[in-house]
Amino acid sequence: MTPSELAIPRPLRTLFGERGFIVLTRFLALAALVVALSLLSPVFLTWGNFVVVARQAALQLLMSAGLTVVVLAGGIDLSVGAVLALAACLGATWIATGHIAAGVAAGLGVGLACGLANGVLVAYARIPSFIATYGMLWIAQGLSYAFTKGNVIQGFPAGFRIVGTGFLGGIPVLLWVGVAVVVLLQVLLHYTVFGRSIYAIGGNLSAARRSGMPVRLRLAAVYGLSGLLTGFAALIVIARLNSAESSIGEDLLLPAIAAVCLGGTSLFGGAGSVTGTAIGSLILALIGNGMNLLVIDTLWQNAVMGGIVLLSVVMDQLGGARLLPGR
Amino acid sequence: MSARTDSMSAARHRMPDWLARTPGAFYVLAGMFLALSVWTPGFFTRANLTNVGLQVAVLTILSLGMTLVILTEGIDLSLGPVLSLCGVCAALVVVSGHGLALAIPAALLVGAACGLLNGALIALAGMPPFIVTLGLFGIAQSIATVLTGGESVTNLPAYFRWFNHGEFLALPMPIWGLIACFALTYVLLYHTRFGRYVFAIGGNRQALTLSGSPVNRYHIAVYVYAGVLAALASFIMTARMNSAHPTVGVGLEFDAIAAVILGGTSFEKGRGGLIGTVAGAFAVGVLRNGLNLVGLGAEWQVAMIGVVIIGAVGLDSWRNLNA
Repeated sequence: MTPSELAIPRPLRTLFGERGFIVLTRFLALAALVVALSLLSPVFLTWGNFVVVARQAALQLLMSAGLTVVVLAGGIDLSVGAVLALAACLGATWIATGHIAAGVAAGLGVGLACGLANGVLVAYARIPSFIATYGMLWIAQGLSYAFTKGNVIQGFPAGFRIVGTGFLGGIPVLLWVGVAVVVLLQVLLHYTVFGRSIYAIGGNLSAARRSGMPVRLRLAAVYGLSGLLTGFAALIVIARLNSAESSIGEDLLLPAIAAVCLGGTSLFGGAGSVTGTAIGSLILALIGNGMNLLVIDTLWQNAVMGGIVLLSVVMDQLGGARLLPGR
Repeated sequence: MSARTDSMSAARHRMPDWLARTPGAFYVLAGMFLALSVWTPGFFTRANLTNVGLQVAVLTILSLGMTLVILTEGIDLSLGPVLSLCGVCAALVVVSGHGLALAIPAALLVGAACGLLNGALIALAGMPPFIVTLGLFGIAQSIATVLTGGESVTNLPAYFRWFNHGEFLALPMPIWGLIACFALTYVLLYHTRFGRYVFAIGGNRQALTLSGSPVNRYHIAVYVYAGVLAALASFIMTARMNSAHPTVGVGLEFDAIAAVILGGTSFEKGRGGLIGTVAGAFAVGVLRNGLNLVGLGAEWQVAMIGVVIIGAVGLDSWRNLNA
């Protein structure tokens, strides 16, 4: 009898089912984008443009993968952009001097440390996740500014940059990396005890507690995993850009959340998947590509991202996908 | 249950109740006033104290609205960009030759519209507040940037400076604005039906809905009011900068959240109040001012306030567990 339940038009719900509505609308959106862009722009259906879109989608997926896991567990991580910047800056200083292994370790280590800090604050100190990670956002951002002092770190070894710019079997390495991350996370989420317990915690926290699983430990581990994935994304991003600076993560939070929402993952946890986020990332990449090809001012980018977040969540709500609990 | 009662009585023995209930902001304020007056001789000068008051005015007005939002178990991440957007709109109207008679309603309307959108999506569609307001964060930020092409709006007419530099009874106008907004919010929160609804929505929204109360319109009104306060604050901000920049408000919502939390308002069950928020805003303002005087850069200030937010909420949840 809540207002949200009353607002759902019954015919839509019975026609598509709960998850079916999401799958259908996303594929319609993808198809509409592809058709519209190939009609509007002559360069859209070229190999060169395919590489651009594939790389962008893979990057977006890497940046949203950690967030997806946290959202599945019923939390939110607002610190992804800032942690990514911090990991990128610390990793880049090592890599720029030729110490690739040390740089990779630094990037992953920073991500993991920030993620675990978030996890401890949320799971053990019981701070609401959007507050703990919002505080972490500013801590990480402050630290990365303090660390780089506003300088840009440039010039990485060619062997490192291959990940961002190279090809393997004719296909961009980035795409391989993205596919590998999706497969690994899909296996982790669906075929391991840890993965299933993420869905259990996000779906019903008190039921998960009563079933006797170590909820706090696993919740902390979820944020740690998210941080680790963010650190990994940071390394890939700097390999792609061939530079790192402290402001690198400022405009990454909204797109990261947009990809997760577009992917149909429930913002209250317990429902969704990484493959959904991959589709969401592809849609975002196509929209970004379209804005470039049609020469739309980049100043609009934030508005488009914000609009997509609101629109996709409202639409799923009305379509009966029940992204939100009837409370 | 009995363990909780025991630990509660133990806590009562350790520390007087009123002292344990005093929001962290008062301790932070007292500590910083002490430390700053010892370490920095420049702190207790009239110029610096006026400076703190002027800095804090905008933040306090913003925090008053944020308090109501957080009391309903919500959050408004869009207040900073909304303030920028209102400032840009008012400045554009004034620069194009129209007077304040058009600029003030325009800014208030923009603020109210943003709040209306936030509130409607949260109350009617049942979306989580941080997602809705984050979406609006992007939209407001983008519109403000597009309207000005990313540049500042300058060449404001001289009379606009009155919002910051004008004086009445030896007090600068921002202080009067702060007092007026506080009085208005105080009356609204503690002496009207609207105020009772604010606490009730935070306490148990479902009970209100099930009892047939018109919850939605009050829930929306909370976000509209926060947007209107942001519009009012934007006039002081624009007058202080003598220009309107599309990103001037970025991060202000963060300081406002810190102020509200330091002021003892909780994210759960509609607990908290306005006086704590004012203390919290002054604590954040003094903290930034003090870190400036000590010579700590903006990047460390930002990190410090992140620590303060987490610390204050952590302390709050620890107290809830122990009392």
